[in-house]
Amino acid sequence: MPVSVRIPTPLRKLTNDEELVTVEAKTIGDAIAELQTKYPGIQERLVDENGEVRRFVNIYLNEEDIRFLDNKNTEIKDGDEVSIIPAIAGG
Amino acid sequence: MSKKQGFMKALKCRECGTEYPLEATHVCEFDFGPLEVAYDYDTIKDSMTKEAIGSRPQNMWRYRELLPVAGEPTVGTKVGYTPLIKADRLAKRLGIRELYIKNDAVNYPTLSFKDRVVSVALSRSVELGFGVVACASTGNLANSVAANAASAGLKSYVLIPHDLEQGKVINSLVYKANVIGIKGHYDDVNKLCAEIAGKFGWAFVNVNMRPYYAEGSKSMGFEIAEQLGWKAPQHTVIPMASGSLLTKVHKSYQELAKIGLIDESEVHIHGAQATGCNPIAAAEKAGLDFFKPVKPNTIAKSLAIGTPADGFYALRVMKETGGHAEDVSDDEIREGIRLLAECEGIFAETAGGVTVGVAKKLIESGKIPADDSAVLCITGNGLKTIDAVDGHVGATREIKPSLREFEALLEAEKKVTA
Repeated sequence: MPVSVRIPTPLRKLTNDEELVTVEAKTIGDAIAELQTKYPGIQERLVDENGEVRRFVNIYLNEEDIRFLDNKNTEIKDGDEVSIIPAIAGG
Repeated sequence: MSKKQGFMKALKCRECGTEYPLEATHVCEFDFGPLEVAYDYDTIKDSMTKEAIGSRPQNMWRYRELLPVAGEPTVGTKVGYTPLIKADRLAKRLGIRELYIKNDAVNYPTLSFKDRVVSVALSRSVELGFGVVACASTGNLANSVAANAASAGLKSYVLIPHDLEQGKVINSLVYKANVIGIKGHYDDVNKLCAEIAGKFGWAFVNVNMRPYYAEGSKSMGFEIAEQLGWKAPQHTVIPMASGSLLTKVHKSYQELAKIGLIDESEVHIHGAQATGCNPIAAAEKAGLDFFKPVKPNTIAKSLAIGTPADGFYALRVMKETGGHAEDVSDDEIREGIRLLAECEGIFAETAGGVTVGVAKKLIESGKIPADDSAVLCITGNGLKTIDAVDGHVGATREIKPSLREFEALLEAEKKVTA
């Protein structure tokens, strides 16, 4: 199903400066794979060699950190919004 | 690469070392790692001698070579050089040979250590041409941004959790800052700020200005070392919210050794959190090098960051220095506040109660040996969080203006204490 994904500034060179993109996906993991299909190179920036979300990347589904949900297996519904946000901020 | 500015060479990714120009940007494009200011230490070594520092006014800018502004600072020029108190009475109560309090509860102008980071961030914002400054805050930072922006004629937006202590809200509103309460925890505020920083051309002190901002915390460590007679303390106990202060105090001791102002010595850096928000302390105690985010629930609202940006690095510093982390309950926090007040006459905010409570635990468990010397970093003023101790510090006894009643009161007191 279509979900919108908010792309942070450091990755917008890969999305032709698009801030909000749409992908078809059932889980967060799917969404990352779909992003890779549409914007080659983006996956390695988000996940490490073991497939885990990188230390300094936070991913949110509708305002909630996916680490409080089911991480990459978190299911996505139609109309949900995914945000990718650099972890280094604040304090 | 941009050219050198002052004593700064570039911004550099802490993870991969990629260099960036000295602009308002905080994250590496390749691995999302934090950008840090790289300095020209050779030039600094020649300029920043003990004699030179000693001839300068007593504020944090006496260490200006190691603070990231290109020219002379323009905002917060009187911040810092807070007292370092030898706390003999508290030392006795906690059971340690020697104890000092670094008292940023009386930092100028807004009574918290945040004036240090804000004076750097706003001075640099002015250098980079910004007219609007902003922040995500648990309260103290909002107060400091609001006040320092007002004095510099800058417009400010401060974003805070909607349920902060009244003292902290009013302490931002009075400066005519735009105060926005976000319905959520600090982590929600921070996420929103990370999304909007850069979008409106504002200097977000702890987002796009973070590489400069965070360096301001080093001044607390520089002062401690100078006030101890140019040496680093054996133990430093530091409250952790994002973990940034802890990493920067450690860096300050390293830098002073690097430029030859102090000898290399063994320093142990310890971190303090509230049990109701202890992602870093829990990870340290479990021996992990990564933390699990938490949903905060503590009276220490200034430390209530469930997803600490520098948690990873704070864990690394504690591990490398043989330091430890601990956490304390709300009751232990109040006890810590009372202990510091009763022994030393210093009224700290809840974060100070956390630091004292954690120091007590670390000394009791022998993680800080009783024969050693320690410095506790007190970062904010108790007058801002009176809600947290109201009803826990006794009450006024009221009498008529009559000698008879006063004598009766003292008589009754004698019976109670007898």
